[in-house]
Amino acid sequence: MSILLEIKNLSVAVGEKLILRDLDLKIPVGETHVLMGQNGTGKSTLASAIMGSPAYTVTNGEILFEGEKIIEESPDKRAKRGIFLSFQNPEEVPGITLENFLRTAKGAVADEKPRLMQFKKDIRAQMEQLGIGEAYAGRELNVGFSGGEKKKSEILQLLMLNPKLAILDEADSGLDVDAIKVVSEGVNRFRNEGNSLLIITHNPKLLEDIKVDRVHVLSGKKIGFEGGAELIGQIAESGFAVLEGK
Amino acid sequence: MSTEQSIEDVAREMYDTKGVMKPKFQVDSGLTPEIISMISDEKHEPDWMREFRQKSLEIYNSTALPDWGPSLDGLDMANIVTYVRPNSKMETSWEDVPDEIKNTFERLGIPEAERTGLAGVGAQYDSEVVYHSVKKEVADLGVVYTDMDTALKGEYGDLVREKFMQILRTTEHKFMALHGAVWSGGSFVYVPEGVEVSIPLQSYFRFNAAGAGQFEHTLIIVEKNASLHFIEGCSAPKYNVANIHAGCVELYVGEGARLRYSTIENWSKNMYNLNSKRAVVEKNGIIEWVSGSFGSHTGCLYPMSVLRGEGARMDYTGITFAGAGQDLDTGAQVIHAAPNTSSRISAKSISKDGGLSTFRGGITVNKDAKGCKVSVSCDSLMLDSISRSDTVPVLDVRGDDVDIGYEAKIGRISEQAIYYLMSRGISEADAKAMIVNGFAEPISKELPLEYAVEMNNLISLEMKGNT
Repeated sequence: MSILLEIKNLSVAVGEKLILRDLDLKIPVGETHVLMGQNGTGKSTLASAIMGSPAYTVTNGEILFEGEKIIEESPDKRAKRGIFLSFQNPEEVPGITLENFLRTAKGAVADEKPRLMQFKKDIRAQMEQLGIGEAYAGRELNVGFSGGEKKKSEILQLLMLNPKLAILDEADSGLDVDAIKVVSEGVNRFRNEGNSLLIITHNPKLLEDIKVDRVHVLSGKKIGFEGGAELIGQIAESGFAVLEGK
Repeated sequence: MSTEQSIEDVAREMYDTKGVMKPKFQVDSGLTPEIISMISDEKHEPDWMREFRQKSLEIYNSTALPDWGPSLDGLDMANIVTYVRPNSKMETSWEDVPDEIKNTFERLGIPEAERTGLAGVGAQYDSEVVYHSVKKEVADLGVVYTDMDTALKGEYGDLVREKFMQILRTTEHKFMALHGAVWSGGSFVYVPEGVEVSIPLQSYFRFNAAGAGQFEHTLIIVEKNASLHFIEGCSAPKYNVANIHAGCVELYVGEGARLRYSTIENWSKNMYNLNSKRAVVEKNGIIEWVSGSFGSHTGCLYPMSVLRGEGARMDYTGITFAGAGQDLDTGAQVIHAAPNTSSRISAKSISKDGGLSTFRGGITVNKDAKGCKVSVSCDSLMLDSISRSDTVPVLDVRGDDVDIGYEAKIGRISEQAIYYLMSRGISEADAKAMIVNGFAEPISKELPLEYAVEMNNLISLEMKGNT
């Protein structure tokens, strides 16, 4: 089983403050992993460090993607390798439509701009399945989108860009039950034997219909606990305290 | 939009290719009564214009430089050649325009635009108009579109004399006086009562000479219930010496008439662009300004609208992009001189690499102008910490029955938005270009299509640092 993402001894800081210390994590090709942890333990920090956010500094360690070191690379290079991050609070970008943005992005990651008519067909089909109104293709990127619309727009981007590794940072927060179902269906459409997922969530609801291979729990600035999908239910029932004895 | 594609589509050579053909005639540098007289001789002008020029020179000599606005220290009129006649006559067919000049306009896409979407075109090269043509079906409606020299001496000579430099007075400031003394070229447009010109007219001003000045005069009269869209484009190759552009634009908008005046200015970065534009609008008339300022070393441009008739309207949409070494001082002025007049100003500015952009909103509401509406919104985007953006509102409201909204926003480009776009595979330069183009979008959508594309291209070029 080949490893898609391997993180070794990773330490990450924001300014002077160390958020992660000597963290290790491996995600094999074709697996879905879940990252849990109490608020403020650094889940989003880890996601941002993998994507290459300039707001975070890697002070130590390595991130390997398909065996190659990526820490020195800018986010666009990482995206071209096939890394995707679904943002918790995606930015509003006025003056550029969702459709034009996605077509440019698709052209950038694929190194070839998709043909207009085919692209329009593809995006319309995905939007319909996600229950996003057709008019949203022509709306300015995330501008005036509700919380739920932003989350769906992120999943739309995931499906259109079709990366090798998708990191979903609280793709379900603030969503109602029906919208969560739409997101988990979208995730299942994306998923196949050749790609991998790292899902950050508090919510067992999102994971009900998703087959999870491994669960990692952040505590003490690193992966404190690991286990199978059964951990999700245990944490949901008894909180993170259930792990104390392990 | 597609920044990738834009980069392929445009090359800076389009603007920067210098013509090498020798001019047919040019005056010596500097300003003397003899030099001014030579311009009149060259043009075989009527006496009243000869006198007007000499009088303007006197006013110029006795008027001080403005004591506000950008520094003009780099501009020495003693070194400026004010009149350069290209080696070409005024033609009405591109076939007859000398190849080198024709090729310049071909590169800028002017004949192509004329074939596909314009009712008429005027093309000026240095001090003289080299091409002017209007479609027959438009001319048949009684629309006159010609160069100013022809208008001055022809059938409309009396009308020109009556209107020339009446709403922009030579006594107003030094550069209007300068214009009065050395003006040359430009367009004259007359749209008769009730005639709606459905596709635009366009004049393009190309400035090829180094160390010289361009002083074209545009006079447009849109009669009662008539309408027109006039487009003005300007560009020049870059030199290491200062050039000056001090054109004047006078617009008469009749009762119930509508005039849209669109400009995209892309002078080279050795240019002092000290341009004056003004419109007088009668009852229920509408003036719309759409303005994009990209070029010039120093720019001063504040189109004014005088809303003279009841119910007259003005709408200004403008964008300024100031890069390294540029000090672009723009604005819009409006005088509400009659009741129930309304004005809307929407201005955006972008500054980068130490560029300075200033927006001056000048609103005057006269005492008896009741029921007026004023709405001003200024939005500035700074791309780094060394660039500057200023907004200077000047409101002079003398009545008490006025509805005024004034809003100004100044912000830095969002690092988080750049990161977001980059996380989708878009390079940093393209991400910034996308954000800036998006910021400019409300303005570019008001521009004629080919100019909107050009503006996107210019922004992308600027963002790549390929200046």
